[in-house]
Amino acid sequence: MPVATAFQTIGPYWHLLEHAEQADLTRFGAQGETIMLSGAIRDGNGDPVTDAAVELWQASPPADASFPGWGRARTDANGVYRFTTIRPGPVPGRGNTQQAPHFAITIFARGILTRLCTRAYFADDPRNGADPLLNLIDDPARRATLIAQSAGGTVWRFDMVLQGANETVFLDI
Amino acid sequence: MTDPITFRPAAAGSQPDNNSPQYRSTGARHPRQALLGWAHTVTETTGPQFHPTHFPPIADLTAGGVMGERIIVRGRVTDEDGHAVPNTMIEVWQANAAGRYNHPGDTHDAPLDPNFSGEGRVFTDANGWYQYLTIKPGAYPWGNHANAWRPNHIHYSLFGTGFATRLITQMYFPGDPLLALDPIFHTVPDEAARNRLVATFDLDVTRQDYALGYRFDVVLRGRLATPMEG
Repeated sequence: MPVATAFQTIGPYWHLLEHAEQADLTRFGAQGETIMLSGAIRDGNGDPVTDAAVELWQASPPADASFPGWGRARTDANGVYRFTTIRPGPVPGRGNTQQAPHFAITIFARGILTRLCTRAYFADDPRNGADPLLNLIDDPARRATLIAQSAGGTVWRFDMVLQGANETVFLDI
Repeated sequence: MTDPITFRPAAAGSQPDNNSPQYRSTGARHPRQALLGWAHTVTETTGPQFHPTHFPPIADLTAGGVMGERIIVRGRVTDEDGHAVPNTMIEVWQANAAGRYNHPGDTHDAPLDPNFSGEGRVFTDANGWYQYLTIKPGAYPWGNHANAWRPNHIHYSLFGTGFATRLITQMYFPGDPLLALDPIFHTVPDEAARNRLVATFDLDVTRQDYALGYRFDVVLRGRLATPMEG
């Protein structure tokens, strides 16, 4: 049986394939509640990660010709990424469960050999309390690393820490 | 509602550990906490689908007359179940023939080629085959350790059918003496898995009087079980 090809780091020069418009998932005319998801990424020394590729995937609303469901953004000199997208709704979980609205997020960067995967949920959503993934995390401080906070208006803030104090919960996908 | 079929976990030794001290940049960039295990849901088993309408192919990286040794790279994308992965997007990027990226962060003292961007994008056909034309990238120094040089390589980005099948890797060249010294290549523990990152020279892909050909196949994750057919 063949074995999946090994990952290798994206390295520092991936911006050769950067297209800034890919950070705007509404660019094909998607309808819905437009929001911005933004945040800073820091490493284990507390330094901003300034060369990351951040990818966002959402299964809701369903991808179609007007909504790709996927975006890619780079981090800037402050380690900050920004996406414009449509606020997702809930999606089915396994069994008869339902998952609270969330984004799947991937970080690629120099010094990351595979990829780091996590999720961003919305702080104001009461369905978080019944979300099967959030409920796997007992420590409230760890769980809080998966919650995007309102930054006013339509802006949501979701910071990520690769290592150390306040380290983001990363998923074994 | 039927649960989605989950993707297979990585075979032992087939993937790098993000904590690989020989590759210095991993030091402050790998999580210390254990990853949270999670049975795949629709979030992980579905993923973005790309269409050439929005993502136009760039299958000739040499357009405009670039400097360097022309090469043709051809290969097939399949999954661990042996099925072709059709109509899937592959992004590639690379240094120029002198070992320099067309990127402001690359300060290596080697010439830029004004006609070479180093970005490519192709889609597999109905049987999983892809091909592009480029130039052989040069080796270049990096700061990992004294007299460190990256072997010649082309970066690959593939998506496959779901969020869980995403892959970013590098294609290396056969016979490169730098492979034995490269800490990034050696982060893949299993020797056979590591060597699958090395393309093979292929006379059938080689075009007479024009360009050498290389073959590089990619395998994406398969599913733990497949639905009954028919």
